[in-house]
Amino acid sequence: MTAPTYDAVNVGDELPALQLPPVNRTTLALFAGASGDHNPIHIDTDFARKSGMPDVFAQGMLGMAWLGRLLTQWAPQSQLRRFDVRFQGITHLGHAVRCGGRVVEKLEHEGERCVRVEVHSANQYGQTRIAGEALIALR
Amino acid sequence: MIDRKWIGHELPASVLPIERSRLQFFAKAIGETDPVYTDAAAARDAGYPDLPAPPTFLFAAELDSGASDRLLAGLGIPLSKLLHGEQGFSYHRPACVGDTVTVRSTITDIYDKKNGALEFVVKTSRATNQRDELVAELRSVIVCRH
Repeated sequence: MTAPTYDAVNVGDELPALQLPPVNRTTLALFAGASGDHNPIHIDTDFARKSGMPDVFAQGMLGMAWLGRLLTQWAPQSQLRRFDVRFQGITHLGHAVRCGGRVVEKLEHEGERCVRVEVHSANQYGQTRIAGEALIALR
Repeated sequence: MIDRKWIGHELPASVLPIERSRLQFFAKAIGETDPVYTDAAAARDAGYPDLPAPPTFLFAAELDSGASDRLLAGLGIPLSKLLHGEQGFSYHRPACVGDTVTVRSTITDIYDKKNGALEFVVKTSRATNQRDELVAELRSVIVCRH
């Protein structure tokens, strides 16, 4: 991977998209163990239904971790300064999430040249799941 | 209604050792393919002393310690009504395998919308390493749906 440089990046540039496979129960079980989020609503169908949900659904932080992959496959994590998201819709079983991002501003932040990137994930129906932004220092 | 007396509440510190096998498990769970997150040699080539914790990993600290569950119980939010509204991180230095990260959180706001149908709890956290250096700041908004 060649890291982008400040001078070569322009407002409006798109980050290479990250397409995820459809969410299944295995994904949710693995993420429950790895993340430490053992909330049964994500891994136990009986509990999810008793809670008024149609079935188990993805942990919000799984979707944020995917957006993190989008960012770190574009620029090294050591250059990531901020990463903020809003969870806007539940990611259900079978949703195939696509993560994208776009440079919206070039700026100086605390003495570093940075870009502000809007990030977004949506399912195969085009419904937004997560929206947010990141601040990344570029050399 | 969540009691507003919780605003200003400080959670007990949560200590999270950054461990290689846990980071490799996390990488598998999120489908990470970049060897920087699974192969110590690749991480060193990228300038880290060992595998770095990926951008969202430190959220695990208060889940592992049980601080998050105890907070929800205290607030009276059942898991069946819990949603994650927002999450933010600001980063100051990497946390890598061998580091021990301590997360200290404060409840900074509680508010409701839709005539109380949704309640929001804002928690801000500081994550420091074993040298007491600031690693990251976190901001979480959790939602209770009534």
